Amino acid sequence: MECIFITQKQFQKLCKRMVNKVTALSVKNLSSAYQKKVVLDSLTFSIEEGTLTGVVGPNGAGKSTMIKAILGLQPRMTGSIEFFNGKEKKLTNRLGYVPQRGAVDWDFPTNVLDVVTMGLYGQIGWFHYPGKKHRKLAIEALEKVNMAEYANRQISQLSGGQQQRVFLARALVQDADLYFMDEPFAGVDAKTEKTIISVLKELKSKGKTVLVVHHDLQTVPAYFDHVLLLNKQLIAYGPTEETFTKTSLKKTYGGEIHWMGSDQIAESL
Amino acid sequence: MSYTAWILLTGSLVGISCGLVGVLLILRKMAMMADAISHTVLLGIVSAYLISSSLDGGSMLIGAMLAGLLTAWLVQWFESTGIHSDAAIGVVFTTLFAIGVILISTSVGNVHLDVNHALMGEISFIPWNTVHLPVIGQIPQATLLLMIITIIVIAVIALFYKEWKVTTFDPALAASLGIPVLLMHYVFMTLVSVTTVAAFDAVGAIMVVAMLITPAAAANLWTDKLLTMLIISAVIGAASSCAGYGIAIWLNTSISGSMAFATGILFVFSYLFSPRHGQLAKWFHKPGEI
Amino acid sequence: MIRLLSLFESSNFQWVFISTILLGMAAGMVGVMSNLRQQGLMSDAISHAALPGVILAFLLTGEKQLPVLIIGAGISGLIAAFFIYGIEQSTRIKRDAAMGIILSVFFGGGIMLLSIANRSGGGQSGLDSFIFGQAASMVRSDTYVMGGLALLVMLLIFVFFKQWKVVLFDPQHANMMGINAHLFSSLYTFLLVLVIVIVIQAVGVILMAALLIIPALSARYWTHSLLILFLLSGFFGGFAGAAGTLISSSESNLPTGPFIVVTSSGIFILSLFFGAEKGLFHLKRYINKTALQSDGTSGGDEK
Repeated sequence: MECIFITQKQFQKLCKRMVNKVTALSVKNLSSAYQKKVVLDSLTFSIEEGTLTGVVGPNGAGKSTMIKAILGLQPRMTGSIEFFNGKEKKLTNRLGYVPQRGAVDWDFPTNVLDVVTMGLYGQIGWFHYPGKKHRKLAIEALEKVNMAEYANRQISQLSGGQQQRVFLARALVQDADLYFMDEPFAGVDAKTEKTIISVLKELKSKGKTVLVVHHDLQTVPAYFDHVLLLNKQLIAYGPTEETFTKTSLKKTYGGEIHWMGSDQIAESL
Repeated sequence: MSYTAWILLTGSLVGISCGLVGVLLILRKMAMMADAISHTVLLGIVSAYLISSSLDGGSMLIGAMLAGLLTAWLVQWFESTGIHSDAAIGVVFTTLFAIGVILISTSVGNVHLDVNHALMGEISFIPWNTVHLPVIGQIPQATLLLMIITIIVIAVIALFYKEWKVTTFDPALAASLGIPVLLMHYVFMTLVSVTTVAAFDAVGAIMVVAMLITPAAAANLWTDKLLTMLIISAVIGAASSCAGYGIAIWLNTSISGSMAFATGILFVFSYLFSPRHGQLAKWFHKPGEI
Repeated sequence: MIRLLSLFESSNFQWVFISTILLGMAAGMVGVMSNLRQQGLMSDAISHAALPGVILAFLLTGEKQLPVLIIGAGISGLIAAFFIYGIEQSTRIKRDAAMGIILSVFFGGGIMLLSIANRSGGGQSGLDSFIFGQAASMVRSDTYVMGGLALLVMLLIFVFFKQWKVVLFDPQHANMMGINAHLFSSLYTFLLVLVIVIVIQAVGVILMAALLIIPALSARYWTHSLLILFLLSGFFGGFAGAAGTLISSSESNLPTGPFIVVTSSGIFILSLFFGAEKGLFHLKRYINKTALQSDGTSGGDEK
């Protein structure tokens, strides 16, 4: 029989998780505005640890804004955020963020391995430089996203899907507890899509909490166990089978939603 | 006309022509191209002088026009190789300006081609240098040049008003409509260069930048309509010239410097008090209370 | 050649020579950061905007001591940078227009003050050198001040190299990892202003932008590594500084700044065409090569 050694601290954490479910993220009355337009209107919800949540809503519903506002990357007008039941404070390294690909300059003078290693900089600390150990961790993360062979490639020479996988590896190596991903599936090839799904599954199995902004309604039930429907206001949040219904989707998208033959998906739920 | 009147007229003409051209510059996000061209025009003037060995208005204008076009073309070409526009502009204008300064310091030397003068301008000399015109009588050369340029600017903008509008707003749409976008770009760059040269004598290269950009940016805070913006920008330009002259007399200091500074004062005023996009208006209409 | 050697025997030339090399290196390295942030022209705006600070420092203290003037230039440059970001953030006006406004209005104010300073007499003539630069007039004590500050700039870049890399590549990600991107952004602005105010006296307000933009741009054609980019850009900057000083000293009355810039541009043109990683000729070869490869293997990176 295989033995697993865990420290006392980890044991306590595990027990705590089994006894009462920890809230990974709790958002109260979050509002945000861009110039004079209200983009997010008093959102309140809390997300349990270990869930895989798809954030769904029409264009301009404020999905990316919500993530940025939660992470403090965008000023918010009202509202408070709590991570892991603690009062709001800098929880660096427990939060991972995978931005949209367009968020960075892919012509930046650096290579794939370097970008992934940057995910470790928070742990390395001031005045220290990444060493062999860190490079090994980065390579391992690259292997998980099937990008190890591109380790030394300049990042401008990657395809869109490969860029996305590099971002994913950077988030993995960071070993955070709560991940936010902004449209990782947008415009990627089938191979990348598969890799992302397997990474999401792995994160979930490790007890991590993941929020993913997602566009493709048809794949929502297959990918996510929870869903958050957003259109400036929070329409619904809950387990996918209860929340991802035709009525709530109609409420999210207005009357203009075209089902394109996926009626049965909503009904089969 | 009195000495002061000529200066005010000349200053206002600079304000109007630059104000009009500036609106298109701002909206085309090419404000720093104006900065670049205002510097490289020096190379054009030096080259024109070396070739024609005279400093008359005609050869200066042609030299400046060519230098302006060369700048625009080089920047465009560098951008097409993947260089960011900021860096492209930076490389081109500093290099051409440096060549201009080297030419002056080596060959033109002691001739009256003062870099200082070209950059700072000296509007107070303008009324002395006059030409005689049939009907009007004695008129300062620089003022005459500015009048012609202002008329050309108004004409070019008015004649192709809708084309400017569409190429500025959406170049891709303009191209699909069959409007020669690239040609319009170079026509516009020519317009910027000749306006710069004409304003040169009066306010100098760096003050031209103030006149081109600041009134237009201020006007951008007052209105959302292109035509209104053009008019407001021209008015602010002319008003800053007159106000600048007043300040210069009051403090007994550089006229061109004061004119540039006056555009800044009017900009600050617009920044604070514009009913549409001013800070005070924003203060009273906080988001969320709509 | 003999003339060049005799130049080095003049002790003042030595100081000028060392200064321009150190200044070129520091400017080249800071230029890497401003180019990567796509803010190359900020240096142009800040250098113009430093003028009123220089003159005001002179008017207030009545002295032409370099450290005093540098402090004046620095304060006015920082205010200008702050205004540019402020205008960009609080209005619909884009950054390039904001730079144009601040650059020209501050410079106009500087000219107003300059003409007042010139009128109120005293040692006025030296102040004009801030506009066009006067490297040849630098003396030993200037070298100590400028060289020391240039070394400080380079030191700050290398000590925080790791942080700079993340902050420049993805500031949001830096924030997530506990690297305060805002702090480093402010430090960058500080370094930018610092390097500008120490270089102004050598090359002047107008050509300032060239010393930051051109070496960094040229170096980008030779490498894909950020560390080498910093080193190479510093080398190009230092080389241009040295070459420009030598050429301009070969005859009397030649300006130093323009020759530094033209040398720099020469390096840029060479790099643009022959650069080993991104040069135009190299790219042509690369495209041909990859075209051949994909013909052979019938499929690019994605299989």
